[in-house]
Amino acid sequence: MAILLNRSTRVIVQGFTGKIGSFHAEDMKRYGTKLVGGVTPGKGGQTHLGLPIFNTVKGAVRETRAEASIVFVPPPFAADSIMEAADAGIKLCVCITDGIPSQDMMQVKRYMLRYRFEDRMRLIGPNCAGVITPGQALMGIMPGNIYLPGRVGIVGRSGTLGYEAASQMKALGIGVSTSVGIGGDPINGSSFKDMLKLFEQDDDTDAVVMIGEIGGPQEAEAAIWARNNMRKPLIAYIAGLSAPKGRRMGHAGAIISAFGESAQEKVEILKEAGVVIVPTPSSFGEVVADTLARTKKAA
Amino acid sequence: MDIHEYQAKELLARHGVHVPRGGLAYSPEQATYRAREIGGGKWVLKAQVHSGARGKAGGIKLCANDEEISNAAEAMLGRKLVTQQTGPRGKLISRLYLEEAVDIAQELYVGFVLDRKEERVMIVASAAGGMEIEDIVEKASDSIIRTTVDPGVGMQRFQAREIAFGLGLDQNLIGKATETIFSCYQVFRDYDASMLEINPLVVTRDGNLVALDAKMSFDENALFRRPEISELRDKSQEDPRETFASDRGLSYVGLDGNIGCIINGAGLAMATMDMIKIAGGEPANFLDIGGGASPERVAKSFRAVLGDKNVETILVNIFAGINRCDWVAEGVVKAMREVGVNVPLVVRLAGTKVEEGRRILADSGEKVIVADTLAEAAEKAVAAWRAATKKKAA
Repeated sequence: MAILLNRSTRVIVQGFTGKIGSFHAEDMKRYGTKLVGGVTPGKGGQTHLGLPIFNTVKGAVRETRAEASIVFVPPPFAADSIMEAADAGIKLCVCITDGIPSQDMMQVKRYMLRYRFEDRMRLIGPNCAGVITPGQALMGIMPGNIYLPGRVGIVGRSGTLGYEAASQMKALGIGVSTSVGIGGDPINGSSFKDMLKLFEQDDDTDAVVMIGEIGGPQEAEAAIWARNNMRKPLIAYIAGLSAPKGRRMGHAGAIISAFGESAQEKVEILKEAGVVIVPTPSSFGEVVADTLARTKKAA
Repeated sequence: MDIHEYQAKELLARHGVHVPRGGLAYSPEQATYRAREIGGGKWVLKAQVHSGARGKAGGIKLCANDEEISNAAEAMLGRKLVTQQTGPRGKLISRLYLEEAVDIAQELYVGFVLDRKEERVMIVASAAGGMEIEDIVEKASDSIIRTTVDPGVGMQRFQAREIAFGLGLDQNLIGKATETIFSCYQVFRDYDASMLEINPLVVTRDGNLVALDAKMSFDENALFRRPEISELRDKSQEDPRETFASDRGLSYVGLDGNIGCIINGAGLAMATMDMIKIAGGEPANFLDIGGGASPERVAKSFRAVLGDKNVETILVNIFAGINRCDWVAEGVVKAMREVGVNVPLVVRLAGTKVEEGRRILADSGEKVIVADTLAEAAEKAVAAWRAATKKKAA
């Protein structure tokens, strides 16, 4: 089924009736996502875009059997919404909101530990583009038409750089199983490693493209995991070659503050772990094509 | 967001951390007046700029009388202090802080950071204070104590006590050190700090524990609920190009190159800058116009980029998802006509409404170099920049 999301995943929208929530809810519906309702506290019982509105996530889950939720709630209230989803038994939560305080995210991560691992919600984001399984369903804000359905997984921090990679691949006829944006914040729900684990087990994925950037330990952690556990080829690009130390490059998490966090250092760590490096952001397409051809030959 | 040393000390002192007696001064006269207020016979005059390593750069002076204070103040005020951390442009000194000099018996290091691996607040402490943390890691890594705080319950007193004992302090200082560390954590948490560093925390000859320096940064995403921290912002310490952009809701970082960048998305912005570098150029800035950018917003981005006099070429790279290429193109045309773009301009559009966008550019009659791919855009920008600088030189 690719990973995380397919055409039968039942999805609700938190922050459903807001301007941004409404816009993307319609877009997701149009793409084929099985949208079953939304949550806006105080508007329960009404309908919006032809779908029922609920006051609470628990209410929505009870009535619609929703398994997944996408959050468009403004930053001051977003952490609360994520925890509400976790407590209501949602299995997958994608949080698009940009600007959630770090301490709120620490609370969220700590709160989620109260559930047994098997019951624990998977959080993607915040500050991310979301998840798309091309040809099936979209839980996010990416333009669906740039993705060709196929067998290469994409996981990245940045939205638009992910589009760049997918469109270069599409131009060469290479499709995507699932593309996941894990977001640009310093503390996020799922790491690169978490996504690599899912792609490695997924029968519909042959190879994975990882799009990292400066700041934080997650790319290195993923590379070490891949070296020891991954059989599928891993292809990676790290953005921020020209970023100076100590300056935040847009994303709250894109800042070099410790050893091993610059693009150059990360590329070295990835190389040592046997990861295929995409040397420039304009060569995603060719490097993926080469890698797929080589793997086929070897098999 | 960074704040000044004296502001951090005020916050800490309000929560029970001991700091030396001191006062702020905007002129040499105020500085000498402060000396009388504080009393004693030795003072330290400290330039208030958002940077560490001030001492080596001449931003900290020990003074023994009014004349020395006055001379040091006059030498510092209005000057730009260039430290290892400020970059060559330096930072303007417009505030001074005068403190009583303290007799130091021992220097310690205590820092609080958000640890991204643990996803918790981490306390880093060392008995080898007084040098930069990077040097402590290199030269005295065995002395470093690290502890993380469970965000569910917050820091516990035993954790602060363990650190105090770990620093090898005298029995009679353990209580004071425990309270100091505990108070620092509370300040960090209550004000949504992202970094708090006391270096050095000193043991004085008369057996006190005093924060001799204090550095704090705050989580900008949390400022909406910390108006008292927003108030401490000092725009004179920021790159004016960045202040101009951030006041207009743009995410901008000034760099030292000549090719101005206008891009959507932080990742694509970094990648485009990388591509410029690979093509042989140097980016002048990072700029993310964000999602759903209106033509007005795009035009504003041009103003921000052109505010940097070093910009000799502009590269616009938009991969529109929730953006619209037609709006961006309208913004480009608007900028050409209203802002006046007298440097070569390369535009690459992709994604939502790309055909419409390209048509708007073509129909405008404005001089725009169009590119289809990221690589082509970077190469054309660098080529245009080279041609322009050659023309200028000739």
